[in-house]
Amino acid sequence: MKTNIILSGVGGQGILTIAAVLDTAALSKNLFVKQSEVHGMSQRGGAVQSHVRISDKEIYSDLIPLGKADMILSVEPMELLRYIPYLKNNGWLITDSKTFENIVKYPEKHELFKQIKSHDHHIIINATDIAKKMGNSKVANMVLLGAASSLISLSEESMLQAIKKLFKHKSDKIINLNLEAFETGKQLAKDFTEFVY
Amino acid sequence: MKNLVLGNEALAQGAIDAGLSGVYAYPGTPSTEITEYIQKSKIAKELGIHSTWSVNEKTAMESALGMSYSGKRSMAVMKHVGLNVASDVFMNMAVSGINGGLVVVVADDPSMHSSQNEQDSRFYGKFAMVPILEPSNQQDAYNIMHYAFDLSEELKLPILVRLVTRLSHSRSGVTFKERRNQNAIQLPVNTKRFALIPAYAKEQYKSLVGKKSSLLQSSEKSQLNKLTLSEDKSLGIIACGIAYNYVMENIGENQEFYSILKISQYPIPKAKAKELYDHCDEILVVEEGYPLVEELLHNYFDEDSKIIGKLSGILPFTGELNPNIVGKAAGFFQVNKKNISDIVIGRPPQLCEGCGHTDLFKAINELIPEIGEKKVFGDIGCYALGVLPPLNTINTLIDMGASITMAKGAADAGLENAIAIIGDSTFTHSGMTGLLDAVYENTPITVIISDNSTVAMTGAQDSAALGRLKNICLGIGVDPEHLKMMVPLKKNHMNNIELIREEIKYKGVSVIISQRPCVRLSREKKEEIKQKITSLN
Repeated sequence: MKTNIILSGVGGQGILTIAAVLDTAALSKNLFVKQSEVHGMSQRGGAVQSHVRISDKEIYSDLIPLGKADMILSVEPMELLRYIPYLKNNGWLITDSKTFENIVKYPEKHELFKQIKSHDHHIIINATDIAKKMGNSKVANMVLLGAASSLISLSEESMLQAIKKLFKHKSDKIINLNLEAFETGKQLAKDFTEFVY
Repeated sequence: MKNLVLGNEALAQGAIDAGLSGVYAYPGTPSTEITEYIQKSKIAKELGIHSTWSVNEKTAMESALGMSYSGKRSMAVMKHVGLNVASDVFMNMAVSGINGGLVVVVADDPSMHSSQNEQDSRFYGKFAMVPILEPSNQQDAYNIMHYAFDLSEELKLPILVRLVTRLSHSRSGVTFKERRNQNAIQLPVNTKRFALIPAYAKEQYKSLVGKKSSLLQSSEKSQLNKLTLSEDKSLGIIACGIAYNYVMENIGENQEFYSILKISQYPIPKAKAKELYDHCDEILVVEEGYPLVEELLHNYFDEDSKIIGKLSGILPFTGELNPNIVGKAAGFFQVNKKNISDIVIGRPPQLCEGCGHTDLFKAINELIPEIGEKKVFGDIGCYALGVLPPLNTINTLIDMGASITMAKGAADAGLENAIAIIGDSTFTHSGMTGLLDAVYENTPITVIISDNSTVAMTGAQDSAALGRLKNICLGIGVDPEHLKMMVPLKKNHMNNIELIREEIKYKGVSVIISQRPCVRLSREKKEEIKQKITSLN
């Protein structure tokens, strides 16, 4: 068993929380984990990514080789496309449809989504808006993780336990909101047919 | 369950468990989390391990040496360019030697993710003639600290541990071992060796050179340098530190077909390298940073020119390595990569919304037409982003503190209206001495200290400058008439322009402290800052 996931987004969007859930879930099952992340200058509103690698055998490289990622999970659609060279054939693309436009000349959105949809295996959901409706836009990352969960070779139970563990110092309300966001994302992915922009 | 930690955190826990009594450091990406981990560690607090930030890397390393002099185990931590600042003490403490174990941890930043160069700290280790350890993974980073402190005390030398960004900032599961007790205070038997007057320094330097063979012997027998010979003699690989991972990623389960020398301790184990060299037809040297090993091996024994690597051009000289670059050089099959779509554009970092630096830059930009272009000397920190569009305010960025001294040199050359922009923590790190140079000659420059009351770029660490800037400037001798305060806010925009304009007109040293806390700080932290500033002024 070996899973390579690229997480992507813009500095401050919370991809490291997704990474932490995956890492914690994997370690709880005594699997090997490597997860590289970005600190420093790029965190200031720049493009950020994290490579998450999980395996039942020793993992060497902290970086995923090109063409070897099983999935790119992005909290921002253009940032998803930035890491396409890492995606293996028939790998999965999962992204929030909400764009983060802190740059001039952000790509035309119809073209952006057309390109994402040109990959057979994709799930595009409006995680930010759904999270907002649930009461806190911050849980958009858990909506996305929920959407990706059935495609990741970790048990759902281990991910839910990891969420509880990571948020154990927060209120019950926050823990439940994150669990609920995960569940909602899972359901949305199940029902996903086509994203229309 | 294993502990999920960054390479930096694994190393920090390793140091605590190896009997550390104090860490001395100045924040700098990618090294910052080492010290932060110790600051947050409950056990470190219980044990009374010193972990407060130092004002710069030089003061940090000197304090670490002082702790070592007293017999305890200490560590100095910095990013690669920080070692330039501390190089004076680094070179000289190799000559004096240490007492309690002393480990210098330096995190290099190949690819310059958050730095201005790619310098390879192993050269400093070689320069100072001390052992260098280079872990390749997180468990290594933990384990290596026990070994480093023991080796330091055995050889009576500081040990350099070299990390790189990808190990510092990558997490993995790590197993911790038992903790060793701290050393008691025990002064050196003979303090002569710490008093480097020429007469004693000559003796000490001879003794350092005399240790060369023990260092080499230690490398040859070290578990960290592992030689595996296989029957296939076509290609031998020397893999240093993290580069070993990229080699192994490509080799996968076919390990028995490759002859590999893994190097994690320097000086290079010459005998082991020669054994590999004689065994194989071609030798690929894979190392992160400069081609240190490749160059040395060429000099040692490459009569047949069969060593390849960065010097031969099969590996790129610049930028960091990755599994694909290494795989290609070693002749492994590479997946045809898909290209990034043309519609994807760069997303460079930028100043946060509402940042005080932005308001300052906007005010300066309004004055550029009257003072002339290309006269703003910048420094290291978030405000370095003022180099980029849309602000384009800053023209230079070289090293910590260079804004003030470069502005001074330019003014000495006859340039009028030179402006230096420096952050609060960068000012106390390396700006104060340059300001004294300017005050001493009353050089016509305008120094603007953009004070956000924290070390923001590295994640908001406490700044030793907090509440002290005004008194420091007055103490250095800045004319109180030309020491001005301003608050960089939209509502003050016109007044701020006028204030800066007036000080630029003054033909002597002016200092403007542009003060507003970083927008990233919590409300409680901002309140704390306000109180501290009030109490100190």
